[in-house]
Amino acid sequence: MSYFGDIYKGIKTLLSGMSVTGKVFLNNKNNAITQQYPDNRETLKMFDRFRGEVVMPHNENNEHRCTGCQKCEIACPNGTIEIIWDRQVDPETGKKKKMIDQHIYHLGMCTMCGLCIEACPTDAILWAQNYENSVFDRTSLTKVLNQPGSKIMPGVED
Amino acid sequence: MDTNSANSNLKSEDYFINMGPQHPATHGVLRLLLTIDGEIIKKVEPDLGYIHRSIEKMCERDSYQQIVHLTDRMDYLSSHINNEAVCLTVENALELEVPERVKVIRTIIGELTRIASHCLWWGVMGMDVGALTTYFYGFRDREMINDIFEETCGARLTMNYNIPGGLMFDIHPNFVKRTKDFVAHFKTKIPEYDKLLTNNVIFQKRMKGVGILSKEDAISFGASGPVARGSGYSCDVRKYHSYSALDKVTFNEALKSDGDSLARYEVRIQEMWESLSIIEQLIDNIPEGEHKIATNAVIKLPKGEFYQKVETARGELGVFIHSTGTKNPYRLKFRSPGFSNLSLLNHIAVGGKIGDLVASMATLDLVIPDIDR
Repeated sequence: MSYFGDIYKGIKTLLSGMSVTGKVFLNNKNNAITQQYPDNRETLKMFDRFRGEVVMPHNENNEHRCTGCQKCEIACPNGTIEIIWDRQVDPETGKKKKMIDQHIYHLGMCTMCGLCIEACPTDAILWAQNYENSVFDRTSLTKVLNQPGSKIMPGVED
Repeated sequence: MDTNSANSNLKSEDYFINMGPQHPATHGVLRLLLTIDGEIIKKVEPDLGYIHRSIEKMCERDSYQQIVHLTDRMDYLSSHINNEAVCLTVENALELEVPERVKVIRTIIGELTRIASHCLWWGVMGMDVGALTTYFYGFRDREMINDIFEETCGARLTMNYNIPGGLMFDIHPNFVKRTKDFVAHFKTKIPEYDKLLTNNVIFQKRMKGVGILSKEDAISFGASGPVARGSGYSCDVRKYHSYSALDKVTFNEALKSDGDSLARYEVRIQEMWESLSIIEQLIDNIPEGEHKIATNAVIKLPKGEFYQKVETARGELGVFIHSTGTKNPYRLKFRSPGFSNLSLLNHIAVGGKIGDLVASMATLDLVIPDIDR
Protein backbone atom coordinates (compact mmCIF):
# COMPACT_ATOMS: atom_id res chain seq x y z
CA MET A 1 0.00 0.00 0.00
CA SER A 2 1.17 3.47 -0.76
CA TYR A 3 2.61 5.81 1.83
CA PHE A 4 -0.37 8.16 1.79
CA GLY A 5 -2.79 5.25 1.72
CA ASP A 6 -1.25 4.01 4.95
CA ILE A 7 -1.70 7.39 6.58
CA TYR A 8 -5.31 7.60 5.41
CA LYS A 9 -6.11 4.13 6.72
CA GLY A 10 -4.39 4.83 10.02
CA ILE A 11 -6.35 8.01 10.64
CA LYS A 12 -9.60 6.35 9.60
CA THR A 13 -9.28 3.47 12.06
CA LEU A 14 -8.13 5.85 14.76
CA LEU A 15 -11.23 8.00 14.28
CA SER A 16 -13.58 5.01 14.24
CA GLY A 17 -12.01 3.87 17.52
CA MET A 18 -12.42 7.34 18.95
CA SER A 19 -16.07 7.33 17.99
CA VAL A 20 -16.52 4.41 20.42
CA THR A 21 -14.78 6.21 23.26
CA GLY A 22 -16.61 9.42 22.41
CA LYS A 23 -19.98 7.70 22.69
CA VAL A 24 -19.09 6.25 26.07
CA PHE A 25 -17.86 9.63 27.22
CA LEU A 26 -21.08 11.37 26.25
CA ASN A 27 -23.56 8.68 27.32
CA ASN A 28 -22.12 7.76 30.69
CA LYS A 29 -21.90 11.22 32.17
CA ASN A 30 -24.49 10.67 34.88
CA ASN A 31 -24.10 7.00 35.73
CA ALA A 32 -20.60 6.08 36.70
CA ILE A 33 -20.06 2.33 36.52
CA THR A 34 -17.60 2.15 39.38
CA GLN A 35 -18.76 1.97 42.98
CA GLN A 36 -18.35 5.36 44.63
CA TYR A 37 -16.87 3.78 47.74
CA PRO A 38 -16.52 5.03 50.53
CA ASP A 39 -18.97 7.81 49.71
CA ASN A 40 -21.79 5.30 49.27
CA ARG A 41 -21.13 3.46 52.49
CA GLU A 42 -24.63 4.20 53.76
CA THR A 43 -26.44 2.93 50.69
CA LEU A 44 -24.12 0.12 49.59
CA LYS A 45 -25.90 -3.15 50.24
CA MET A 46 -24.32 -6.48 49.39
CA PHE A 47 -26.25 -9.36 47.85
CA ASP A 48 -27.96 -11.55 50.42
CA ARG A 49 -25.73 -14.54 49.63
CA PHE A 50 -22.52 -12.52 49.90
CA ARG A 51 -19.91 -14.25 52.06
CA GLY A 52 -18.67 -11.60 54.47
CA GLU A 53 -17.95 -13.49 57.66
CA VAL A 54 -19.42 -16.34 59.68
CA VAL A 55 -21.78 -15.30 62.47
CA MET A 56 -23.93 -17.13 64.97
CA PRO A 57 -27.36 -15.54 65.39
CA HIS A 58 -28.83 -15.32 68.89
CA ASN A 59 -32.45 -14.71 69.83
CA GLU A 60 -33.70 -12.20 72.42
CA ASN A 61 -33.16 -14.69 75.27
CA ASN A 62 -29.46 -14.95 74.38
CA GLU A 63 -29.92 -18.42 72.95
CA HIS A 64 -28.20 -19.90 69.89
CA ARG A 65 -28.73 -23.08 67.89
CA CYS A 66 -25.26 -24.64 68.18
CA THR A 67 -25.23 -28.14 69.66
CA GLY A 68 -21.44 -28.47 69.59
CA CYS A 69 -21.47 -31.35 67.12
CA GLN A 70 -18.18 -30.06 65.61
CA LYS A 71 -19.22 -30.83 62.04
CA CYS A 72 -18.17 -27.32 60.97
CA GLU A 73 -14.80 -27.81 62.60
CA ILE A 74 -14.26 -31.04 60.66
CA ALA A 75 -15.52 -29.56 57.38
CA CYS A 76 -13.21 -26.53 57.57
CA PRO A 77 -10.17 -27.04 55.32
CA ASN A 78 -7.74 -24.88 57.29
CA GLY A 79 -8.62 -24.90 60.96
CA THR A 80 -10.51 -21.63 60.99
CA ILE A 81 -13.08 -22.92 63.48
CA GLU A 82 -12.21 -24.19 66.94
CA ILE A 83 -14.86 -25.39 69.32
CA ILE A 84 -14.24 -25.68 73.03
CA TRP A 85 -16.94 -27.85 74.54
CA ASP A 86 -17.85 -29.60 77.71
CA ARG A 87 -20.41 -32.07 79.00
CA GLN A 88 -22.81 -30.34 81.33
CA VAL A 89 -25.95 -31.43 83.08
CA ASP A 90 -29.05 -30.42 81.19
CA PRO A 91 -31.44 -28.84 83.74
CA GLU A 92 -34.51 -30.15 81.91
CA THR A 93 -33.67 -33.82 81.60
CA GLY A 94 -31.02 -34.12 84.26
CA LYS A 95 -28.72 -35.96 81.84
CA LYS A 96 -25.24 -34.92 80.78
CA LYS A 97 -25.20 -33.20 77.39
CA LYS A 98 -22.49 -31.83 75.09
CA MET A 99 -22.51 -28.03 75.17
CA ILE A 100 -20.23 -25.44 73.65
CA ASP A 101 -18.15 -23.24 75.83
CA GLN A 102 -16.61 -21.16 73.05
CA HIS A 103 -17.10 -21.26 69.28
CA ILE A 104 -13.89 -19.61 68.09
CA TYR A 105 -13.69 -18.27 64.54
CA HIS A 106 -10.43 -16.99 63.05
CA LEU A 107 -11.56 -14.55 60.38
CA GLY A 108 -7.99 -13.95 59.30
CA MET A 109 -7.60 -17.56 58.21
CA CYS A 110 -11.01 -17.99 56.62
CA THR A 111 -11.11 -18.56 52.85
CA MET A 112 -14.89 -18.05 52.64
CA CYS A 113 -15.44 -21.46 51.08
CA GLY A 114 -18.75 -21.96 52.87
CA LEU A 115 -18.22 -25.63 53.74
CA CYS A 116 -18.91 -25.06 57.47
CA ILE A 117 -22.30 -23.53 56.78
CA GLU A 118 -23.12 -26.37 54.38
CA ALA A 119 -22.14 -28.88 57.06
CA CYS A 120 -24.11 -27.34 59.95
CA PRO A 121 -27.15 -29.56 60.66
CA THR A 122 -28.98 -27.00 62.82
CA ASP A 123 -28.34 -23.77 60.88
CA ALA A 124 -26.51 -22.37 63.88
CA ILE A 125 -23.99 -20.40 61.80
CA LEU A 126 -24.76 -18.16 58.83
CA TRP A 127 -23.05 -15.72 56.50
CA ALA A 128 -23.10 -12.06 57.41
CA GLN A 129 -22.90 -9.51 54.62
CA ASN A 130 -20.49 -7.02 56.14
CA TYR A 131 -17.48 -6.28 53.98
CA GLU A 132 -15.29 -3.92 56.00
CA ASN A 133 -13.03 -6.41 57.71
CA SER A 134 -9.70 -4.60 57.76
CA VAL A 135 -8.35 -3.93 61.24
CA PHE A 136 -5.11 -2.61 62.70
CA ASP A 137 -4.48 -5.52 65.02
CA ARG A 138 -4.80 -9.08 63.79
CA THR A 139 -5.76 -10.45 67.20
CA SER A 140 -9.13 -8.73 66.79
CA LEU A 141 -9.80 -11.04 63.81
CA THR A 142 -10.18 -13.96 66.22
CA LYS A 143 -13.78 -13.91 67.29
CA VAL A 144 -15.89 -15.87 69.72
CA LEU A 145 -19.18 -16.41 67.95
CA ASN A 146 -21.35 -17.39 70.90
CA GLN A 147 -22.18 -14.50 73.20
CA PRO A 148 -21.09 -14.67 76.84
CA GLY A 149 -23.62 -16.46 78.99
CA SER A 150 -25.56 -17.76 76.01
CA LYS A 151 -27.35 -21.11 76.03
CA ILE A 152 -28.61 -23.49 73.41
CA MET A 153 -32.15 -22.91 72.24
CA PRO A 154 -34.51 -25.51 73.75
CA GLY A 155 -35.56 -28.20 71.31
CA VAL A 156 -32.54 -28.02 68.99
CA GLU A 157 -31.11 -31.49 68.45
CA ASP A 158 -28.76 -32.77 65.77
CA MET B 1 26.68 1.21 9.77
CA ASP B 2 26.01 -2.49 9.82
CA THR B 3 26.76 -3.82 13.28
CA ASN B 4 25.37 -7.27 12.65
CA SER B 5 27.72 -8.45 9.93
CA ALA B 6 30.60 -10.65 10.93
CA ASN B 7 33.33 -8.43 9.55
CA SER B 8 32.19 -5.38 11.49
CA ASN B 9 34.85 -3.73 13.61
CA LEU B 10 32.42 -3.20 16.45
CA LYS B 11 32.40 -6.00 19.02
CA SER B 12 29.02 -7.01 20.38
CA GLU B 13 28.32 -9.39 23.20
CA ASP B 14 25.17 -10.83 24.70
CA TYR B 15 23.46 -8.86 27.36
CA PHE B 16 21.36 -10.35 30.11
CA ILE B 17 18.33 -8.71 31.69
CA ASN B 18 15.58 -9.69 34.07
CA MET B 19 11.98 -9.16 33.09
CA GLY B 20 9.89 -9.45 36.20
CA PRO B 21 9.01 -10.76 38.75
CA GLN B 22 7.30 -7.41 39.16
CA HIS B 23 6.97 -6.40 35.54
CA PRO B 24 3.45 -5.18 34.72
CA ALA B 25 3.35 -7.16 31.47
CA THR B 26 3.99 -10.50 33.16
CA HIS B 27 0.60 -10.38 34.97
CA GLY B 28 1.81 -11.80 38.19
CA VAL B 29 5.08 -12.99 39.56
CA LEU B 30 6.72 -14.49 36.52
CA ARG B 31 10.42 -13.82 36.07
CA LEU B 32 11.87 -14.07 32.60
CA LEU B 33 15.62 -14.24 32.08
CA LEU B 34 16.28 -12.63 28.73
CA THR B 35 19.50 -13.00 26.78
CA ILE B 36 19.50 -10.20 24.26
CA ASP B 37 21.75 -8.92 21.54
CA GLY B 38 20.88 -5.28 21.20
CA GLU B 39 17.12 -5.39 20.94
CA ILE B 40 16.99 -8.90 19.49
CA ILE B 41 16.02 -11.71 21.86
CA LYS B 42 18.32 -14.71 21.76
CA LYS B 43 16.89 -16.71 24.63
CA VAL B 44 13.96 -16.53 27.05
CA GLU B 45 14.13 -18.57 30.22
CA PRO B 46 11.08 -18.49 32.50
CA ASP B 47 11.93 -18.74 36.19
CA LEU B 48 9.03 -20.16 38.13
CA GLY B 49 8.21 -20.79 41.73
CA TYR B 50 7.54 -17.34 43.13
CA ILE B 51 3.94 -18.16 43.96
CA HIS B 52 4.18 -21.88 44.56
CA ARG B 53 1.78 -22.92 47.32
CA SER B 54 2.01 -26.71 46.98
CA ILE B 55 -1.67 -27.08 46.19
CA GLU B 56 -1.19 -30.64 44.93
CA LYS B 57 0.38 -31.64 48.25
CA MET B 58 -2.36 -29.90 50.21
CA CYS B 59 -4.90 -31.92 48.23
CA GLU B 60 -3.42 -35.11 49.67
CA ARG B 61 -4.27 -33.79 53.12
CA ASP B 62 -7.82 -32.65 52.40
CA SER B 63 -11.07 -34.48 51.89
CA TYR B 64 -12.66 -34.47 48.44
CA GLN B 65 -15.08 -31.67 49.39
CA GLN B 66 -12.21 -29.53 50.65
CA ILE B 67 -10.07 -29.99 47.53
CA VAL B 68 -12.59 -28.05 45.46
CA HIS B 69 -11.97 -24.74 47.17
CA LEU B 70 -8.21 -25.00 46.57
CA THR B 71 -8.71 -25.13 42.82
CA ASP B 72 -10.25 -21.66 42.96
CA ARG B 73 -6.79 -20.41 43.74
CA MET B 74 -5.07 -22.01 40.74
CA ASP B 75 -6.45 -20.35 37.65
CA TYR B 76 -8.45 -17.72 39.45
CA LEU B 77 -9.98 -16.37 36.24
CA SER B 78 -11.73 -19.63 35.46
CA SER B 79 -12.33 -20.78 39.01
CA HIS B 80 -15.76 -22.26 38.35
CA ILE B 81 -14.40 -24.49 35.58
CA ASN B 82 -11.58 -25.68 37.84
CA ASN B 83 -14.13 -26.58 40.52
CA GLU B 84 -16.15 -28.42 37.92
CA ALA B 85 -13.10 -30.44 36.84
CA VAL B 86 -12.51 -31.80 40.34
CA CYS B 87 -16.20 -32.46 40.93
CA LEU B 88 -16.53 -34.32 37.63
CA THR B 89 -13.54 -36.50 38.46
CA VAL B 90 -14.97 -37.40 41.87
CA GLU B 91 -18.43 -38.01 40.42
CA ASN B 92 -17.02 -40.22 37.67
CA ALA B 93 -15.09 -42.24 40.21
CA LEU B 94 -18.17 -42.69 42.36
CA GLU B 95 -20.28 -43.39 39.22
CA LEU B 96 -22.64 -40.66 40.32
CA GLU B 97 -25.07 -39.19 37.80
CA VAL B 98 -25.86 -35.58 38.72
CA PRO B 99 -29.28 -34.14 37.80
CA GLU B 100 -29.77 -32.43 34.44
CA ARG B 101 -30.37 -29.11 36.18
CA VAL B 102 -26.93 -29.23 37.72
CA LYS B 103 -25.31 -29.98 34.37
CA VAL B 104 -27.03 -27.07 32.64
CA ILE B 105 -26.28 -24.58 35.41
CA ARG B 106 -22.65 -25.71 35.51
CA THR B 107 -22.32 -25.18 31.77
CA ILE B 108 -23.94 -21.74 31.82
CA ILE B 109 -21.76 -20.51 34.66
CA GLY B 110 -18.73 -22.08 33.04
CA GLU B 111 -19.32 -20.17 29.81
CA LEU B 112 -19.95 -16.97 31.77
CA THR B 113 -16.61 -17.58 33.46
CA ARG B 114 -14.96 -17.98 30.08
CA ILE B 115 -16.40 -14.68 28.86
CA ALA B 116 -15.32 -12.94 32.07
CA SER B 117 -11.82 -14.32 31.68
CA HIS B 118 -11.59 -13.27 28.03
CA CYS B 119 -12.93 -9.81 28.93
CA LEU B 120 -10.14 -9.36 31.44
CA TRP B 121 -7.60 -10.76 28.99
CA TRP B 122 -8.81 -8.39 26.28
CA GLY B 123 -8.48 -5.43 28.62
CA VAL B 124 -5.01 -6.15 29.91
CA MET B 125 -3.75 -7.25 26.51
CA GLY B 126 -4.75 -3.92 25.04
CA MET B 127 -2.99 -2.23 27.91
CA ASP B 128 0.16 -4.29 27.30
CA VAL B 129 0.41 -3.06 23.74
CA GLY B 130 -0.41 0.51 24.70
CA ALA B 131 -4.18 0.96 24.51
CA LEU B 132 -5.25 1.93 28.02
CA THR B 133 -8.96 2.38 27.22
CA THR B 134 -9.49 -1.32 26.61
CA TYR B 135 -8.60 -2.00 30.23
CA PHE B 136 -11.59 -0.04 31.49
CA TYR B 137 -13.98 -1.38 28.88
CA GLY B 138 -13.01 -4.97 29.56
CA PHE B 139 -13.52 -4.54 33.27
CA ARG B 140 -16.81 -2.70 32.73
CA ASP B 141 -18.36 -5.70 31.00
CA ARG B 142 -16.76 -8.21 33.33
CA GLU B 143 -18.37 -6.39 36.25
CA MET B 144 -21.83 -7.51 35.11
CA ILE B 145 -20.74 -11.16 35.17
CA ASN B 146 -19.16 -10.69 38.57
CA ASP B 147 -22.46 -9.35 39.87
CA ILE B 148 -24.24 -12.45 38.54
CA PHE B 149 -21.73 -14.63 40.35
CA GLU B 150 -21.94 -12.63 43.55
CA GLU B 151 -25.70 -12.88 43.65
CA THR B 152 -25.85 -16.60 42.92
CA CYS B 153 -22.63 -18.00 44.36
CA GLY B 154 -21.85 -15.46 47.08
CA ALA B 155 -18.41 -14.53 45.84
CA ARG B 156 -17.02 -12.78 42.82
CA LEU B 157 -13.80 -14.60 42.08
CA THR B 158 -13.22 -17.63 44.31
CA MET B 159 -16.74 -18.95 44.12
CA ASN B 160 -16.56 -22.56 45.32
CA TYR B 161 -20.08 -23.11 44.00
CA ASN B 162 -19.60 -26.73 42.95
CA ILE B 163 -19.55 -29.63 45.36
CA PRO B 164 -19.17 -33.29 44.48
CA GLY B 165 -22.74 -34.29 43.71
CA GLY B 166 -24.07 -30.98 42.47
CA LEU B 167 -24.13 -27.35 43.46
CA MET B 168 -23.87 -25.82 46.90
CA PHE B 169 -27.24 -24.08 46.56
CA ASP B 170 -29.75 -23.40 43.83
CA ILE B 171 -29.45 -20.45 41.46
CA HIS B 172 -30.76 -17.11 42.63
CA PRO B 173 -34.21 -16.13 41.26
CA ASN B 174 -32.62 -13.19 39.46
CA PHE B 175 -29.99 -15.34 37.74
CA VAL B 176 -31.84 -15.95 34.48
CA LYS B 177 -32.89 -12.34 34.05
CA ARG B 178 -29.44 -10.99 34.81
CA THR B 179 -27.79 -13.44 32.45
CA LYS B 180 -30.17 -12.52 29.64
CA ASP B 181 -29.50 -8.84 30.28
CA PHE B 182 -25.79 -9.50 30.10
CA VAL B 183 -26.05 -11.45 26.83
CA ALA B 184 -28.05 -8.64 25.24
CA HIS B 185 -25.59 -6.06 26.57
CA PHE B 186 -22.48 -7.91 25.55
CA LYS B 187 -23.70 -8.55 22.01
CA THR B 188 -23.50 -4.82 21.39
CA LYS B 189 -20.07 -4.61 23.01
CA ILE B 190 -18.02 -7.13 21.03
CA PRO B 191 -18.46 -5.10 17.80
CA GLU B 192 -17.23 -2.12 19.78
CA TYR B 193 -14.20 -4.15 20.84
CA ASP B 194 -13.49 -4.83 17.17
CA LYS B 195 -13.94 -1.19 16.23
CA LEU B 196 -11.75 0.05 19.04
CA LEU B 197 -8.87 -2.40 18.94
CA THR B 198 -9.05 -5.18 16.36
CA ASN B 199 -9.33 -2.88 13.35
CA ASN B 200 -6.80 -0.39 14.64
CA VAL B 201 -3.80 -0.19 12.31
CA ILE B 202 -1.24 0.32 15.06
CA PHE B 203 -2.55 -2.70 16.92
CA GLN B 204 -2.60 -4.88 13.82
CA LYS B 205 0.97 -3.98 12.95
CA ARG B 206 2.09 -4.93 16.45
CA MET B 207 0.30 -8.28 16.35
CA LYS B 208 0.51 -9.51 12.76
CA GLY B 209 3.38 -11.89 12.14
CA VAL B 210 4.59 -11.64 15.73
CA GLY B 211 5.26 -14.78 17.75
CA ILE B 212 4.49 -17.27 15.03
CA LEU B 213 3.72 -20.81 16.20
CA SER B 214 3.26 -23.54 13.64
CA LYS B 215 0.69 -26.29 14.02
CA GLU B 216 3.39 -28.95 14.41
CA ASP B 217 5.08 -27.00 17.18
CA ALA B 218 1.78 -26.35 18.92
CA ILE B 219 1.18 -30.09 19.08
CA SER B 220 4.71 -31.02 20.13
CA PHE B 221 4.82 -28.39 22.90
CA GLY B 222 1.49 -29.64 24.24
CA ALA B 223 -0.25 -26.33 23.68
CA SER B 224 -3.98 -26.22 24.24
CA GLY B 225 -6.83 -23.80 24.25
CA PRO B 226 -6.86 -20.62 22.17
CA VAL B 227 -3.07 -20.75 21.77
CA ALA B 228 -3.24 -24.06 19.91
CA ARG B 229 -6.41 -23.14 18.04
CA GLY B 230 -4.74 -19.97 16.78
CA SER B 231 -2.27 -22.28 15.03
CA GLY B 232 -4.99 -24.36 13.42
CA TYR B 233 -4.82 -27.28 15.86
CA SER B 234 -8.37 -28.33 16.62
CA CYS B 235 -8.29 -29.40 20.26
CA ASP B 236 -11.40 -28.10 22.01
CA VAL B 237 -12.13 -30.48 24.89
CA ARG B 238 -15.73 -29.27 24.83
CA LYS B 239 -16.06 -30.72 21.32
CA TYR B 240 -14.03 -33.91 21.60
CA HIS B 241 -14.73 -35.02 25.16
CA SER B 242 -17.86 -33.10 25.99
CA TYR B 243 -18.92 -32.96 29.62
CA SER B 244 -21.88 -31.58 31.59
CA ALA B 245 -24.54 -30.20 29.22
CA LEU B 246 -22.19 -29.36 26.36
CA ASP B 247 -23.41 -32.33 24.29
CA LYS B 248 -26.83 -30.66 24.07
CA VAL B 249 -25.66 -27.46 22.43
CA THR B 250 -24.26 -26.70 19.01
CA PHE B 251 -21.31 -24.39 18.69
CA ASN B 252 -18.36 -23.92 16.38
CA GLU B 253 -14.82 -24.32 17.48
CA ALA B 254 -12.94 -21.07 16.88
CA LEU B 255 -10.01 -21.88 14.61
CA LYS B 256 -7.42 -19.73 12.85
CA SER B 257 -4.48 -21.04 10.91
CA ASP B 258 -2.02 -18.12 10.90
CA GLY B 259 -0.41 -18.97 14.23
CA ASP B 260 0.62 -15.41 15.02
CA SER B 261 -0.48 -13.18 17.88
CA LEU B 262 -3.34 -11.72 15.88
CA ALA B 263 -4.72 -15.21 15.18
CA ARG B 264 -4.70 -16.06 18.89
CA TYR B 265 -6.43 -12.74 19.56
CA GLU B 266 -9.12 -13.42 16.97
CA VAL B 267 -9.72 -16.92 18.33
CA ARG B 268 -10.53 -15.50 21.74
CA ILE B 269 -12.87 -12.87 20.31
CA GLN B 270 -14.60 -15.64 18.35
CA GLU B 271 -14.83 -17.76 21.50
CA MET B 272 -16.74 -15.01 23.26
CA TRP B 273 -19.38 -15.16 20.50
CA GLU B 274 -19.55 -18.94 20.79
CA SER B 275 -19.93 -18.78 24.57
CA LEU B 276 -22.76 -16.30 24.17
CA SER B 277 -24.51 -18.67 21.79
CA ILE B 278 -24.09 -21.60 24.22
CA ILE B 279 -25.59 -19.53 27.03
CA GLU B 280 -28.49 -18.47 24.81
CA GLN B 281 -29.29 -22.07 23.92
CA LEU B 282 -29.40 -23.16 27.55
CA ILE B 283 -30.69 -20.21 29.55
CA ASP B 284 -34.35 -20.51 28.52
CA ASN B 285 -34.78 -24.14 29.39
CA ILE B 286 -32.99 -24.90 32.62
CA PRO B 287 -34.66 -28.16 33.67
CA GLU B 288 -36.46 -28.32 37.00
CA GLY B 289 -35.14 -30.60 39.68
CA GLU B 290 -32.77 -30.92 42.55
CA HIS B 291 -29.62 -28.83 42.70
CA LYS B 292 -27.61 -31.64 44.26
CA ILE B 293 -27.80 -35.29 45.11
CA ALA B 294 -26.89 -36.55 48.51
CA THR B 295 -23.42 -37.98 48.96
CA ASN B 296 -21.85 -39.46 52.03
CA ALA B 297 -20.51 -36.90 54.47
CA VAL B 298 -17.14 -38.61 54.09
CA ILE B 299 -16.51 -39.37 50.43
CA LYS B 300 -14.29 -42.38 49.82
CA LEU B 301 -13.30 -43.06 46.24
CA PRO B 302 -12.80 -46.65 45.12
CA LYS B 303 -9.25 -47.85 44.54
CA GLY B 304 -7.85 -46.81 41.20
CA GLU B 305 -6.84 -43.95 38.96
CA PHE B 306 -9.28 -41.41 37.59
CA TYR B 307 -8.77 -38.69 35.02
CA GLN B 308 -11.03 -35.99 33.72
CA LYS B 309 -10.23 -33.04 31.50
CA VAL B 310 -12.16 -29.86 30.89
CA GLU B 311 -11.63 -26.79 28.77
CA THR B 312 -10.87 -23.75 30.90
CA ALA B 313 -10.52 -20.27 29.45
CA ARG B 314 -6.83 -20.98 28.90
CA GLY B 315 -6.94 -24.52 27.60
CA GLU B 316 -7.07 -28.08 28.76
CA LEU B 317 -7.12 -28.67 32.50
CA GLY B 318 -6.69 -32.28 33.52
CA VAL B 319 -7.31 -33.68 36.99
CA PHE B 320 -5.69 -37.00 37.83
CA ILE B 321 -6.59 -38.72 41.08
CA HIS B 322 -4.85 -41.82 42.36
CA SER B 323 -7.00 -43.24 45.11
CA THR B 324 -6.20 -46.01 47.53
CA GLY B 325 -9.72 -46.19 48.85
CA THR B 326 -9.31 -43.74 51.72
CA LYS B 327 -10.98 -40.38 52.24
CA ASN B 328 -7.98 -38.49 50.84
CA PRO B 329 -6.37 -38.92 47.44
CA TYR B 330 -3.01 -40.68 47.49
CA ARG B 331 -1.83 -38.38 44.73
CA LEU B 332 -3.61 -35.62 42.87
CA LYS B 333 -2.07 -34.05 39.78
CA PHE B 334 -3.31 -31.09 37.81
CA ARG B 335 -2.35 -30.80 34.18
CA SER B 336 -2.54 -27.04 33.87
CA PRO B 337 -2.85 -25.34 30.49
CA GLY B 338 -0.65 -22.41 31.42
CA PHE B 339 2.46 -24.49 32.03
CA SER B 340 2.53 -26.02 28.56
CA ASN B 341 1.64 -22.71 26.95
CA LEU B 342 4.47 -20.97 28.79
CA SER B 343 6.96 -23.62 27.67
CA LEU B 344 6.65 -22.48 24.06
CA LEU B 345 7.39 -18.83 24.88
CA ASN B 346 11.10 -19.27 24.17
CA HIS B 347 10.28 -20.85 20.83
CA ILE B 348 8.07 -18.03 19.58
CA ALA B 349 10.00 -15.11 21.05
CA VAL B 350 13.53 -15.85 19.85
CA GLY B 351 14.57 -13.58 17.02
CA GLY B 352 12.00 -10.93 17.85
CA LYS B 353 12.24 -7.67 19.74
CA ILE B 354 11.47 -7.17 23.43
CA GLY B 355 8.31 -5.28 22.50
CA ASP B 356 7.18 -8.29 20.48
CA LEU B 357 7.79 -10.53 23.49
CA VAL B 358 5.23 -8.49 25.44
CA ALA B 359 2.73 -8.83 22.61
CA SER B 360 3.17 -12.57 22.21
CA MET B 361 3.13 -13.14 25.96
CA ALA B 362 -0.11 -11.18 26.24
CA THR B 363 -1.77 -13.47 23.69
CA LEU B 364 -0.60 -16.58 25.55
CA ASP B 365 -2.85 -15.31 28.37
CA LEU B 366 -0.79 -16.64 31.25
CA VAL B 367 -2.10 -16.85 34.79
CA ILE B 368 0.89 -17.46 37.02
CA PRO B 369 -0.85 -19.19 39.99
CA ASP B 370 -2.08 -21.74 37.46
CA ILE B 371 1.49 -22.45 36.36
CA ASP B 372 3.06 -22.58 39.82
CA ARG B 373 0.16 -24.05 41.80
